[in-house]
Amino acid sequence: MVDSLTYTPQITLEFKIGEKDFFVAGECASRVKKTLQQLGLKQDVIKRIAIIIYEAAMNVAIHATSGMVTVHVEPDAITIRTDDVGAGIEDIDLAMKEGYSTATYEIREMGFGAGMGLSNIKQCSDDLKIESKVGVGTTLNAKVYFQDQARQADG
Amino acid sequence: MTLKEVQELLEAQVLCGNDECLKRGVSICFACDLISEMLLYLKPHSLLVTSLTNAHVIHAAQVMDVKAVLFVGGRKPDQSVITSGELNKIPLLATQLLTFDCCGRLYEKGIKTDKQ
Repeated sequence: MVDSLTYTPQITLEFKIGEKDFFVAGECASRVKKTLQQLGLKQDVIKRIAIIIYEAAMNVAIHATSGMVTVHVEPDAITIRTDDVGAGIEDIDLAMKEGYSTATYEIREMGFGAGMGLSNIKQCSDDLKIESKVGVGTTLNAKVYFQDQARQADG
Repeated sequence: MTLKEVQELLEAQVLCGNDECLKRGVSICFACDLISEMLLYLKPHSLLVTSLTNAHVIHAAQVMDVKAVLFVGGRKPDQSVITSGELNKIPLLATQLLTFDCCGRLYEKGIKTDKQ
C-alpha cells in the first residue's frame, strides 16, 4: 500500500553526458539511487532503476557524441529517458541480442562492451522503447512501475 | 566470516575501511570483471572479487549494495577510486592472489555464491 508514492512530489533529474564521459555515466546511477532512497522507494525498484540508468548512460557515453539522461519520478512509476546525438543503431533487434557488441577494445578493457547493456535494461524495465536513426541518434524510454515487482529477478 | 578474517585469509592489504568496518560479516561472494555482469548478478551484501580497478567498480558496488571489494592480482586502484570507496563506505582490499585462489580459499571457509 505504501508502495505507490502518492505523496511524492514529481521530480525530474537531468544529466548531460559528453562523448566518452564514462565517469559521469556511473555517477548518475549512483546519484539517482541516493535520491530515490531518500524518497523511500523499495530497494529492488531502486536497484532496477539504477541499473537501467547505468547501462543506458554508459551506452550514450560509449556510442554517442553527446546526450542527456532524464529521470522523471511520477506518482506510480519512474521513467528513464536518454536522448543522444551520434551514430544511432542500425539494427535494434540485433543490438538487443545478448553478446552482440560494437564496443572497442578500450571500452572492453574498462569492463564494459560485453553486449549485455540493452538486455540488462530490458530485463529491468516494465516498458522499453528504443528509437534510432543511423547517423542522427537514439532515444531510449524505459519505465519502471512501483507496484509490479513480482515479474522481476525470479522470472 | 568477518572482513577482517577475509583480509587475513587472502593476505590482503586494506586500502580503505576502518576496524569497525572490518568487523562486518560476509557470507556470499561474487567474482567477475564485467560491469554488466555485476549489475545483473550481484546480490546485496556480497564480497565483490575483481581485477578491474577503475571508478566503475565503485559505482557498480554502490548501486548493488556490495559489502566490500577485493582487488586481485596485485592490482590497486588510483587514490581517487580509494577515496570514492571511503565516501561510499565500501571497504576496499587488495591482494597479490589471483581470482581462482581467492575464491578457492573463501569457498573452503563456507563462502558461497547466492543462488537465490
